[in-house]
Amino acid sequence: MSSMLDLAVKSLWNRRLSVAFTLCAIAFSVTLLLGVERLRTEARTGFANTISGVDLIVGARSGGVQLLLYSVFHIGNATNNIDWRSYQDIAAQSQVAWAVPISLGDSHRGYRVVGTDPTFFEHYRFAGDHTIVFKAGGGFTTPFEAVLGADVASSLKYSTGQQIVLAHGAGDVTLMEHTNMPFHVVGILDRTGTPLDRSILVSLEGITAIHVGWEAGVPMPGLHVTDDQAMRMNLTPKTITAMMVGLKSRIATFRVQRFINDYRDEPLLAILPGATLQELWDLVGVGERMLFAVSAFVVVVGMAGLLTVLLAGLEARRREMAVLRSVGAHPRQILGLILGETAALTLAGIVLGVILLYVLILILRPVLESQWGMYIGIAPPTPRELGLLGGVFGVGLLSGLLPAWLAYHRSLADGLTVRL
Amino acid sequence: MNQAVIDLQDVEFAWTPAGIAVLSIDHLSIGKGERVFLKGPSGSGKSTLLNLLGGVTVPRRGTVTVLGQDLGALSASTRDRFRAEHVGYIFQLFNLVSYLSVLDNVLLPLRFSQMRRERVRQRGGPRAEAGRLITRLGLGAELLDRPATELSVGQQQRVAAARALIGGPELVVADEPTSALDADTRALFIRLLMEECASQGATLVFVSHDAALEPLFDRGIALNDINRAGRSPHVVNA
Repeated sequence: MSSMLDLAVKSLWNRRLSVAFTLCAIAFSVTLLLGVERLRTEARTGFANTISGVDLIVGARSGGVQLLLYSVFHIGNATNNIDWRSYQDIAAQSQVAWAVPISLGDSHRGYRVVGTDPTFFEHYRFAGDHTIVFKAGGGFTTPFEAVLGADVASSLKYSTGQQIVLAHGAGDVTLMEHTNMPFHVVGILDRTGTPLDRSILVSLEGITAIHVGWEAGVPMPGLHVTDDQAMRMNLTPKTITAMMVGLKSRIATFRVQRFINDYRDEPLLAILPGATLQELWDLVGVGERMLFAVSAFVVVVGMAGLLTVLLAGLEARRREMAVLRSVGAHPRQILGLILGETAALTLAGIVLGVILLYVLILILRPVLESQWGMYIGIAPPTPRELGLLGGVFGVGLLSGLLPAWLAYHRSLADGLTVRL
Repeated sequence: MNQAVIDLQDVEFAWTPAGIAVLSIDHLSIGKGERVFLKGPSGSGKSTLLNLLGGVTVPRRGTVTVLGQDLGALSASTRDRFRAEHVGYIFQLFNLVSYLSVLDNVLLPLRFSQMRRERVRQRGGPRAEAGRLITRLGLGAELLDRPATELSVGQQQRVAAARALIGGPELVVADEPTSALDADTRALFIRLLMEECASQGATLVFVSHDAALEPLFDRGIALNDINRAGRSPHVVNA
């Protein structure tokens, strides 16, 4: 059979132009398949890495996914707020180790502003057990200081010391701005690969201060409060949007969750971030699975190209098969020749596709990292990816079976003489 | 006549077990070293006979004995190996594998035959032996590394003859090898082929419909005379 493999390679080399195109089709489809696989694995991991170390997220009663979306991903808005007294009450529960308040609703040039307290920086965890790291400066200490996420700083080209004005609401249209009380940037965060990169963090007191006189949703006419005046007021917030809760023991999670869900004074909802993230991924994962299905179909199309090339060559090669038969080739060796050609072509396509993938990853990695916060490692193929490649090879051999079977039967029927 | 290289007894062949016989030969015997002209026009059962001699097909009745071996008694793959070891073929046209060099084409049978590989090794190795053969057949040894497709039809037929002869098979079967050649080249080709067969002690069965070539051979056999099925007007096999 080794002599047949040598013939197969020489035969392929003889048809190198059409073979090269087929090879490219297979290689590209393999690159696409593996690329999609890498991206979706990375997306899923990145997604699951968004938040960790938080046992419960609490907000006004709504849907769990909705609460996760607005509190963690800053997508959409809360339907209702939490009363500050509820926050204090929950934070004081014996099983609660810490509770970080979150106040949303303002923005700066399209980036969401998160009002919170300094403990946020010590309790927020992402990608396993990573804590927030400052690239420049540090956390806020006074009401009118702000900390920028990595993306905010890099795309707006801000650095520490920069003055920024917050806008009321979150949108891209011209919003009413809190021009009377500018904030200045005291810290810039390292990249986290989470929505935090696109957030501006300020103190709850700052949020309260800029809304003095805005109780009706717009500034009271004629009222002009300066930051100095605001500083002398009581800046304890009346409401917050959500809170992140850490417990002393995980065992108490469901008990505390039930306590919050059954809260007497106002309707609240507590969710386990991990479980709700999974729920959310099940929703958005449809697109990812579709993408995978499409890339799998591209492989099938590539193999259809291979089949076409093999079939087209077959008629022209009947003489060749008769010659091989005459020098002693068994019909099974003719079958082996065609299968060998298919195997060699598929294998070369796979190798080329994998090389192309790594080249692409090398080239695109900085872009993916800076634009989408995706980290694609130059890791060797995972067992699952090797399984996919094995599948591609199997499909290739399968598509070689038809021409091989045809060649086998023709060479049996033709014998040494071909009726042309 | 000395020991028979080919011996057909009461052979009948049909494409289907119950179909009309396309070949029916009571007796045909060709001796060792004989150079036989087998005259067979289209429809005389020529292709069938060639397939039977090579063990590509087996008759539904009778025995085909080549070099003392009853081919019908062998399995299909053993017959293929038998053909590889003992029989060299030359066809009418398109003898060469287009993607191989002249050398690789000449050496093609060695891929399938241990015995011929061994003989070639003893004669100085594949390249030397291939070069010797094509030189004997009137081609320059410098053609060895050229792609087969660059050769003229006449050159291709000589390469095919070298392939049939390499490794010294006992039987060489040529099926209309000269029909694409002009008259001068034709006679030269046959003379060179015969010389080389003689030097290797090979038996030559030369099939052609061109009766003008018959005097060049030891013996002439008209397939129509020995094939009773061949006289049937219903036979369409070429």
